[in-house]
Amino acid sequence: MVGDTSVKIEVVDLHKSFGGKDVLTGVNLEVRNGESMVVIGGSGVGKSVLIKCIIGLLRPDSGGIRVDGQEISSLNEKSLNEIRKKFGMLFQAGALFDSLSVWENVGFGLKHHTSLRDEEIKAIAVEKLGLVGLSHVEDLMPSELSGGMRKRVSLARAIAMEPEILLYDEPTTGLDPIMADVINELIVQMRKKLRVTSIAITHDMVSAYKIADRIAMLYEGKIIEVGTPQQNRESSNAIVQQFIQGRAEGPIKVR
Amino acid sequence: MNSVFGYIGSHFIRFLQESGRIAMLFGQTVVFIFRPPFDVREPLSQMEEIGVRSIPVVVITAAFTGMVLALQSFTGFRRFNAETLVGTVVALSVTRELGPVLTGLMVSGRVGSAMAAELGTMRVTEQIDALHTLATNPVKYLIVPRFLASLIMFPILVVFADIIGIMGGYLVSVKVLGTNPTIYIRRTWDYLELNDIYSGLLKACVFGMIMATISCYQGFFTEGGAEGVGKATTRAVVLSSLLILISNYFITALLF
Ligand SMILES: Nc1ncnc2c1ncn2[C@@H]1O[C@H](COP(=O)(O)OP(=O)(O)OP(=O)(O)O)[C@@H](O)[C@H]1O
Ligand SMILES: [Mg+2]
Repeated sequence: MVGDTSVKIEVVDLHKSFGGKDVLTGVNLEVRNGESMVVIGGSGVGKSVLIKCIIGLLRPDSGGIRVDGQEISSLNEKSLNEIRKKFGMLFQAGALFDSLSVWENVGFGLKHHTSLRDEEIKAIAVEKLGLVGLSHVEDLMPSELSGGMRKRVSLARAIAMEPEILLYDEPTTGLDPIMADVINELIVQMRKKLRVTSIAITHDMVSAYKIADRIAMLYEGKIIEVGTPQQNRESSNAIVQQFIQGRAEGPIKVR
Repeated sequence: MNSVFGYIGSHFIRFLQESGRIAMLFGQTVVFIFRPPFDVREPLSQMEEIGVRSIPVVVITAAFTGMVLALQSFTGFRRFNAETLVGTVVALSVTRELGPVLTGLMVSGRVGSAMAAELGTMRVTEQIDALHTLATNPVKYLIVPRFLASLIMFPILVVFADIIGIMGGYLVSVKVLGTNPTIYIRRTWDYLELNDIYSGLLKACVFGMIMATISCYQGFFTEGGAEGVGKATTRAVVLSSLLILISNYFITALLF
């Protein structure tokens, strides 16, 4: 299971608000080396904001974020870019570059950070696209893809550089159940074979139980519970129970 | 009373903040121009977009400007029998003033809006965030090529505009107003100095930098979805055009 117990990513008392609206109010989270952490939580609680803080796209108002022990919340853009080479990120809506073809999207990092030639990059891109269940799409433009295909291309782009850390923002939403399982399987393989540390955001509990080593629940700006899938299922916390069973009634206020 | 000052004050502060951010983006862009890696393909494709595709607009604008200048100055000069000076007036007005300014305004309308819309869309669809996560600096990758291409193509377009404008004036004078072609051409060359052309080209460089910086700035910091992209596009064109007109006065005054 978990390779070792050293901490890869550490979030300490993280606060973030937008124009007076508090989104994160003291998030604490530890992700161990090689671990697959899943963050669950309702729509709009700030899951995307949390991973954007972790990769330095958003600056936290206060609190710390350490990657391999290095504090990143105060780094400048240049040093941050060095840290970011450890990361791959799948965006919730894909965020593909619409002026580039599919293979150029997947090979973007290789093109800019390695000296590989275009043919080599394209070959790698095709291979990664195969991993996410796509073939014969490399020469298409992103606008010619369906939503689910875009998401998978984005995933291929995230894994193309074989990063140490992968951040998945809702990897399976918008996919049919079979394709969702292909992606779940891929995420599990990434961790097993490449020993990738990952944080995945999801509200798909099937996916969460399949890919998680541990599950953390984000609620009202804080992580209220962290535990293995087993512990999560048996949680005595009413909020967690309501969420994983998907009931409208309960302590979670529906806004 | 208090609220009036408050209103003016807060707007003034916003204006200063905005100016500061634009200046910072300009500074970053200039720094990144000289920082490797150097990419040629992207600036070239931008040069095609900004330069080559703008030629029809520039040609039509310049031709009709030169033509109308000939008509108008002919009407004026005939009143004191100086019709032969039309060539001089057309050449000086086009090279020093109308060539760069009208080209600047027309190309800003065409290209500035496209730049703001493109970068704005990239911002709201998180493509700029994606660039960050791929450890690529978006100023280097997106803004530098557009800035360079504008800086290079604006003067080239102005050279086109100068030639076409002078030819337009010649055509109207000779074919419509019956001026002697030899005299017209002599009057054009005799009084036209290289300095007139240089000052126009210098203006063009400045206008190109203004247009690229303002339009990229508006696109880059777009907020609020599709509506925000629309607003950014409008602001890019209006603000570039205003700054082109204002800076035109000051450059002229300095070079005078
Ligand atoms: N750049 C921003 N500017 C202002 N507000 C923001 C910004 N980004 C996020 N927010 C706000 O922060 C809150 C949390 O947003 P976030 O996208 O993290 O939600 P989420 O948990 O990912 O939801 P979902 O499951 O629907 O994706 C929302 O209320 C949103 O309006
Ligand atoms: Mg989200």
